[in-house]
Amino acid sequence: MFNKIMVPVDLAHIEVIEPSLKVVADQARHYDAEICYVAVTANTPGSVARTPEEYQQKLEAFAQERAKVHGQPVSARVITSPDPIADLDDVLVEAIDEVGADLVIMPTHPPKHLDIVIPSHGGKVATHTTASIFLVRPGKD
Amino acid sequence: MTNDNKAQEPAVGEGIPAPEGPANLIDTDYVIGQDNITASPLGVNVDLHGKVFTVSSLVILFFVIITLALQDQVEPIFNAIFGVLTGNLSWFFLLAANIFVVLAIALIFTPMGKVRIGGAHATPDFSYAGWFAMLFAAGMGIGLMFYGVSEPLTHFGTAMGGTTVEDGVRTDWSPLGAAAGNQEGAISLGMAATIFHWGLHPWAIYAIVALSLALFSFNKGLPLTMRSIFYPILGERVWGWPGHVIDILAVFATLFGLATSLGLGASQASAGLGYLFGVPDSNTTMVILIMGITLVALGSILLGVDKGVQRLSQLNMVLAFLLLVFVIFVGPTLLIATGFFENLVSYVVHLPGLSMPFGREDANFSQGWTAFYWAWWISWSPFVGMFIARVSRGRTVREFLVAVLLVPSVVSVLWMTAFGGTAIDQVINDGFQGVKEAALELQLFVMLGQLPLTAVTSFVGIVLVMVFFITSSDSGSLVIDSITAGGKVDAPKPQRVFWALIEGAIAIALLLGGGLTALQTAVITTGLPFTLVLLAACYAIVKGLMSEPRSV
Repeated sequence: MFNKIMVPVDLAHIEVIEPSLKVVADQARHYDAEICYVAVTANTPGSVARTPEEYQQKLEAFAQERAKVHGQPVSARVITSPDPIADLDDVLVEAIDEVGADLVIMPTHPPKHLDIVIPSHGGKVATHTTASIFLVRPGKD
Repeated sequence: MTNDNKAQEPAVGEGIPAPEGPANLIDTDYVIGQDNITASPLGVNVDLHGKVFTVSSLVILFFVIITLALQDQVEPIFNAIFGVLTGNLSWFFLLAANIFVVLAIALIFTPMGKVRIGGAHATPDFSYAGWFAMLFAAGMGIGLMFYGVSEPLTHFGTAMGGTTVEDGVRTDWSPLGAAAGNQEGAISLGMAATIFHWGLHPWAIYAIVALSLALFSFNKGLPLTMRSIFYPILGERVWGWPGHVIDILAVFATLFGLATSLGLGASQASAGLGYLFGVPDSNTTMVILIMGITLVALGSILLGVDKGVQRLSQLNMVLAFLLLVFVIFVGPTLLIATGFFENLVSYVVHLPGLSMPFGREDANFSQGWTAFYWAWWISWSPFVGMFIARVSRGRTVREFLVAVLLVPSVVSVLWMTAFGGTAIDQVINDGFQGVKEAALELQLFVMLGQLPLTAVTSFVGIVLVMVFFITSSDSGSLVIDSITAGGKVDAPKPQRVFWALIEGAIAIALLLGGGLTALQTAVITTGLPFTLVLLAACYAIVKGLMSEPRSV
C-alpha cells in the first residue's frame, strides 16, 4: 500500500521522536517501503550542527543506524529555512512531494488548549497534503 | 549556481563540513545552546540562555520600575549622562562613524568584497525585492516618515537665521557656518545636513554590525548573537561573562529602543488620526493603537520572516513608493528633480565639513544633532544589524555593501528631497507657514494637506507609520528572542510571542506613567559602549574576511 515513508526528525530532540521510530520500523517492514528521514533546520549555526552540511552528515549517519534496525532502504534529506520554526509546516508539505512519499509518520503531542493559537505541526501538515499521515502520540507511561 | 552543488562539494577534512562551498570555520568546542535551559512550564515549551535571559529580564524590570516610580529623580540623571556623552565625546562618535563609512566603502573595492556570506556556493534566501524591502522597513522607515518633512525644514530655518554668538560661544543650532539670509545657500546647507544624518553614516553603522554578525555566524559557524563578533579578540572567553554582558546590553538597547519608538510612533499615528478624522488625541487612543499594533505584530511573528515580515515590508515599500511618486508629481516636480542632483552635490561638498570630528564651531549642531543621531543609530544597530544579517545569507560582501550602504543612501536623498523640498517650497514660494508652525508629529500631514487628495495621502501616511512599527516590532522580537536563546533562531514560538507582548506592555506602561523620553535618553547612552563594540566589529570583519576564500 505504501512505497515510501517520510519521517521528519529533529536531531536536537531525539527523545521526542523515539516512540515513533519503532512505528516507522514496523510499518516499513510491513509494507516493504523505503524510508526518507527529513530534517528542517535553520541556516544559522545550531545545537546539532554548525553548518547545514554537517547536519546532512549527521542525518545520514542516523539513517544508516536506523537501517541496521529495520533493514529497509533509507535516505536522508536536510532542508534549510531562514525561519524554520514558522515555516516548518509549509516546508514539510513541499518535501512530501519532492521526496515522493505516500506516508508520513511523525510524532505529535496530545491535544491542548494552546493548539488554537499555535496548532500542532502534524495536524497542519495533514490538512495540506494528499499523502497519508500517521501521527504517533507519546505513550501513557 | 544551484543547490545541487551542495551534495557534490567534498567535505573539508574530517570534522565539520564548511557551509555551502569553501569557507573558513572557527574551531571552538562551544555547542550552541549548551548554556540553555529547556523546560515546559504550563505546557509551554521554552529554550532560553539562562543567564542572558534572566539578567536582561531583571534589568528591564528594574529600569521600568525605576523610571515609573522615580521619574523626577531619574530623568535629570539620564539627561546629565547624555549631556556629558554628546558634549564631551561627540568627537568620538563622529570619528567612529567616519571610520565605519570609510571601511564599508573600502571593502566594496577590495578583493575581500568577493567573499560570499554563507560560503562560496551559498544562494540567497530572499529575492532582491523582498530583501530591499526588509532592509528599509527594519532600518529607518519610521524615521523617514517622522523626520522627512521636519528635519530639512528645521535646518533650513536655522541656517537662514545665521549664527549668533554669546560670550564667545555659538548659541544657534545651524550647521557649519550657516547661510544667513541666503535662501539658496540655506536650502543647500539644510538638505546636505539632513542627508548627512540619513545617508552613508547610519547605513554604514548598520552595515558594519550586520556584516560582522553574518560573517561570524554563516561563515565561521558561531551562534547568531552579538558576542560572536568578539571571538577574534576575546577568544573562548566570549562564551563566559564578557559575552553575556555584550548580549545583555544588546537586549537592553533593542527592547527599550523599540518600546520608546513604539510609544513615539503611537503618538504620531494618534496625532494623524486626530488631524484627519477628529479622533481624540488622547492616551486612550494611543493605548488602543499600541495594543492593535502589537496584535498585528503577533500575527505576523507567528507567520515567520518569510510570510510575515517580508510581506508586510513589501506592502509598505509599495505604499511608500506610491506616496513618494505622488509627492514628486503633484508637488513641485521640476524643483524636486533638479533638487535631487543639487542636494546630492551639496551633500558631497559639505560632507568633509559636516563629518569633521575636531575643531567644530557649530557645537549645538554637531553635538545636539549629529552626535545625538550617531548615538541613536548605534544604539539601534544591534537590532537592525542582526535582522539584516539574518536575511542576507547568500550575498557577496560587495553586493551586500552596495545594497545596504549605497542604495538606501540614494533613496534617502530622494525621499528627503521630495518631502523636505516640497515643505520648503511651500514656505518660500507659497508663503504657507503651516508646516513650520505645526507640531513635529503633525508636520508630514500638514505638508500633505497642501496637496490634493489630502484624505487619501494622509491615510496612507498613517498606515505607513503603523506598518513600519509592526515590522520593527516583529524583527525586534525575533532578534531579542534569538539573543536570549543563546543564538538559536529555532527556539519555540511562545518565546517570540512573549517578547512582542513585553514590548507593547512596556510601551504602554511608559506612555501612561511618563518617562518615555527619559528612557530614550537611557537607550542612547548605550550608544557609547556599542561604539566600542562596533569598532571591535571593524577589526573582526577585516580579520574574518582575510581568512575567507573568495567566491568565484
